[in-house]
Amino acid sequence: MAYHFDFTFVPDYAGMLAQGVAYTLGLTVVGGTLGILIGIGGAVSRTWNVRPFGPLYGYYVELFRNTPFLVQLFLIFFGLPSLGIKLAEWQAAILAMVLNLGAYSTEIIRAGLQATPRGQVEAADSLAFTRWQVFLHVMLRPALRKVWPALSSQVVITMLGSSVCSQISAEELTFVANFIQSRNFRAFETYFLTTAMYFGLALLVRQAMHAIGRHLIVRRPSR
Amino acid sequence: MNSKRLIRTLALLAAVAAGTIAPGVKADVLSTIAKTGTIKIAVPQDFPPFGSVGADMKPTGYDIDVANLIGKELGAKVELVPVSSANRVPFLTTGKVDLVISSMGKNAEREKVIDFSAAYAPFFNGVFGPEDIKAAKAEDLAGKTISVTRGSIEDLELSKIAPTSAVIKRFEDNNATITAYLSGQTQLIATGNVVAAAVNERSKLRRLSTKFLIKNSPCYVGLAKGESALQAKLDEIIAKAKKNGSLNEISQRWLHAALPGDL
Repeated sequence: MAYHFDFTFVPDYAGMLAQGVAYTLGLTVVGGTLGILIGIGGAVSRTWNVRPFGPLYGYYVELFRNTPFLVQLFLIFFGLPSLGIKLAEWQAAILAMVLNLGAYSTEIIRAGLQATPRGQVEAADSLAFTRWQVFLHVMLRPALRKVWPALSSQVVITMLGSSVCSQISAEELTFVANFIQSRNFRAFETYFLTTAMYFGLALLVRQAMHAIGRHLIVRRPSR
Repeated sequence: MNSKRLIRTLALLAAVAAGTIAPGVKADVLSTIAKTGTIKIAVPQDFPPFGSVGADMKPTGYDIDVANLIGKELGAKVELVPVSSANRVPFLTTGKVDLVISSMGKNAEREKVIDFSAAYAPFFNGVFGPEDIKAAKAEDLAGKTISVTRGSIEDLELSKIAPTSAVIKRFEDNNATITAYLSGQTQLIATGNVVAAAVNERSKLRRLSTKFLIKNSPCYVGLAKGESALQAKLDEIIAKAKKNGSLNEISQRWLHAALPGDL
């Protein structure tokens, strides 16, 4: 192995790399938050078959879980302008991530809701909980608690998937890596660095999800 | 017996050597063309719209039309020789063809081994866009969005000359760059004039017109070194074709654009 590593380009591009990381994190935070909210709505609609949302969510979930993310992204960015809906690349990237994660998290959270024993709801009813209290504390929270690890993984997967947003010129971390690589042709070093940064980001997102789970979901409702 | 063979071999070698040296002393290419009534011209076969193989399996394209135009002006029958971009100069230097009309640009290395006539076709990277957007120079890109293929010559050059408020959107490949422009995601596109011509041919959406040139490298007819009579004749033919509009006709046919005035 006579390959000579040369990382001297890094300081020149440090600003761009930082911006790329910020862009990717921004996509993940917004996409993750909105995606999980859509997922909660979808899981509730589908579990109790709330019309007309339940069946609509059914079509949506099937459509987005059975098509590639890249194609969804292209459809939104390159396709929708034909209908007069022109989204900037960051808007298209966020929309695609929200819709994609929304579809997956609908099914993940639905699994959690279905795993809640009926007796638990009946017990809450007999304790004179309001419907809202039953839903929030007896149904949703335990459901989210059960599926939180799976949901965290899905958010990490979506974050890693955001790398394809570089294809529509969204300047996230992969775009920055491709950009640097096209300027200095140091492919090994550039992607080595990027891989390490994605790994760090994934650990960070996982830790954040863990913390959110502990504070928002596992904690007992205050009296 | 042995010595006889040796003499014969030596004689053969001498004959071959004489044949090789001969071009230096024999009549120039122009008069040979006049005498034989044929001219051999190297053309591309894998580079549309300059040269490709048509439905009838014959070469067709900008370069072929120019080759036929020159043949007609010289009063000679044109014999087309398909070449690749790698072997077109050796074909000329070894005398296998009289001319190379193969979308060839002029550069210092090539000028050492062959001569060039006047330019006959435009070949450049530039910024293109719809008629109603004015951008005559790099400064005019301020506040505008331009799609470009990441890492391409036009990306590297444009990144240097574009003002900071210009938004350069970089895409992975030519297709995405073109689609971004055609779908209206960017106002302008930076690419080659040949690509722009292909886009105009295939799409009726947002027709491309040239805004300004980023890097210019027009195509020249290549000929063997020292053929000054042929070179003068070629320059004359090309100048005439520019003046009477026949070259412009070829440009319109294959590049869907008028011949630039400064060619």
